[in-house]
Amino acid sequence: MLATARQDFRAILDLVGDRSRVLDVGCGEGELLELLVRERRADARGLEISPHGVSACLARGLSVMQGDADRDLADFPTRAFDYVILSQTLQAVLNPRQVLLELLRIGERAIVSLPNFGHWRVRLDLLVHGRMPVTGALPEPWWSTPNIHLCTLRDFIETVAAIDLRIEACFAFVEGRAARAIDPAHPLENWRAESALFLLARRGEP
Amino acid sequence: MDDVGDLAPGSAVWSGTWKFGPDTPLVLDCGGEIRDLQIAYTTHGRLDADRSNAILVCHALTLDQYVASSNPVTGRRAWWAAMVGDGRPIDPRRHFIICANVVGGCMGTSGPSSFDPATGRPYGLGFPFITIADMVRAQAMLVEALGIETLFAVVGGSMGGMQVLQWAADYPERLFAAVCIASAARHSAQNIAFHEVGRQAIMADPDWRGGAYASVGVRPEKGLAVARMAAHITYLSESALQRKFGRELQRDGLSWGFDADFQVESYLRHQGASFVDRFDANSYLYITRAMDYFDLGAGRAGGLAEAFARARDVRFCVFSFTSDWLYPTAESRAIVRALNVAGARTSFLEIDTDKGHDAFLLDEPVLSAALGGFLDAAAQERRRP
Repeated sequence: MLATARQDFRAILDLVGDRSRVLDVGCGEGELLELLVRERRADARGLEISPHGVSACLARGLSVMQGDADRDLADFPTRAFDYVILSQTLQAVLNPRQVLLELLRIGERAIVSLPNFGHWRVRLDLLVHGRMPVTGALPEPWWSTPNIHLCTLRDFIETVAAIDLRIEACFAFVEGRAARAIDPAHPLENWRAESALFLLARRGEP
Repeated sequence: MDDVGDLAPGSAVWSGTWKFGPDTPLVLDCGGEIRDLQIAYTTHGRLDADRSNAILVCHALTLDQYVASSNPVTGRRAWWAAMVGDGRPIDPRRHFIICANVVGGCMGTSGPSSFDPATGRPYGLGFPFITIADMVRAQAMLVEALGIETLFAVVGGSMGGMQVLQWAADYPERLFAAVCIASAARHSAQNIAFHEVGRQAIMADPDWRGGAYASVGVRPEKGLAVARMAAHITYLSESALQRKFGRELQRDGLSWGFDADFQVESYLRHQGASFVDRFDANSYLYITRAMDYFDLGAGRAGGLAEAFARARDVRFCVFSFTSDWLYPTAESRAIVRALNVAGARTSFLEIDTDKGHDAFLLDEPVLSAALGGFLDAAAQERRRP
C-alpha cells in the first residue's frame, strides 16, 4: 500500500502544473502536500479526518482542515482549486458518486486513484479460495478494511460517464513498477492494473 | 506608565498602563468616544530587533491581562499558563507576548468603573456602549504605540477568538497569523439568551442602583454571583459536570431545606462568590452586550466571507472542541467556510474532549501540540526571504 502511495505521488506531481491551487482530500500527514509545495510551488490545502494527521500537517506549515470527504467538501467554494486530489480514498467513502461530483465542483480537475477490484490476482483469489481477496493494494481482511465501495476499472469508467465527467488521462500501477499510461477502457487493463489513477474533468469543457 | 519590572533576565515581565492623551480618543462604533483612554496590559519576553516576534493574546469575557503571571490585585494565578510560558507554544523566550485588558473591563483599562473626567465619579451607565471592534481598535492603538507594525500572531479563545476575527477583518495587513479557539463569528440566540439571564440577575439586585452602585459604596454581589453561576454551567459539558459531581451530596443525607445539599450546588455557589471579588458588575453588563452585538458578517453583501476579503495572506488556524456547546464546532466550521471562500490560508482542528468550552483554558495536549506546530512553522516561514 505504501509503495503504491509513493508511486501515486510521482504520477500526481507530473500531472500538476506549477503554481497550481491544489486541495488534497485525505492528506494524511501531508507528505504529498509538502512535495506539491516544494516541487510545484503549489498553493496547497488539505482535508484530513484524523486529528493526528492535521496536527502533523500544521507542524509542517501546511494549511489543513479537519473533515471528511463525505460531509465537508460542501464547505469549499465552487472552482476554488485547479486540482482536487483524492488518493486511494474513494473506495472508503459513503457516497462515491456524490464525492466525485463535489471534487469537480470545487476543482477544475480531479485526480483520483483507487485500487482495481478487477485485477487478476483479486479475481483469482476469489475464484480459487472463495474468500475476500487480500493483496498488495487491498491489504486488510474483510472485517477491518475501510474499503466499503470497491470497484473495477470498468465500474469506475461507467460511473464517471454516468455523472457527466470525462477521463483526460489514466495511469496503471502494478506493485514496484513505474506508472504506465493506459486506455482504461481496454479490457486487458482491467486485468492488469493493480490500481489506477485518473485525471478527470467536467464533460463539455476544454 | 507604571512598571512592575523584570522578574528574570530573558523572560522579562512588564505590567503597566498606557495612557492615551485627550488628542487621541478611542472612537466607538456607537458614535461616542472615550477620551483619556487607558489600557492596562502585560508583556512577556522581549521584542526582537526587527520587531517581528510580537504575539497579541486576546482574553475572554471575565479574564484579564494577566495571561502568564499572577494578578497582583486579586492574587489569581495566570489564566493561560497551559499555553503561555517557557517551553509552552507561546514562549516568552522566543515571542514578545502582549495581553491587554479589554475596553469596558475592570482591571485597569477604561471601563464603567473608571472615573468619568466630566463628572469626577465612576462612569456607571454613563460609560458609552462598546463593541468587539472597539476593543480591537483600542488594541491596535496600543500595538502601534509599542512600535509594532505587524504582529506575528493574534491568538484568542472564546471572546478572545472574536477579537482575533475582528483583527483579521479590520487590520489584516498588520497580522501574519491568526488563531481563533472555541469561538464564533456571531452570537447565537442561545448565547444571547444566557447573557440576558446574567444581566437580568445583576439588574434585579437592589444593590445595583441603576448602575450607580459605586457612587453609593455598595456592590450588586448577589446578582453578579447568580450571573456567574448561570454562565459557568455553559462553560462545562454535561458529561464533565456529571463525572465531577454526579448526585454527590455535601453531607450525609438531605437537609430538607435549600442549603447546598448537592456538591454541584456548592461548587456553583463557590464560583459565584469568588467571581464577585474580582469582577465588576457593570463591566459584565457592557462586555456581554458587546459579545451579543457581535456579528462579523452582518451588513455585508458577501456575508462573513466578505469580512475576510482582505485577509487572504493571513495564516489562520481555527480550533473547536467536541463537547463545547456554547460555541459548538458548527460555529467554527462557519468561520472556516467563510475563510475558504475568501481564499485565505486556513487550518482547522476539532479537538476531542469532554471538558466543554473551558477546554481552551486547560492543559490540553492536542491543542498545545497543534498550536505549537502551527506557530513554529509560521515563524519559520516568516523568516524565509
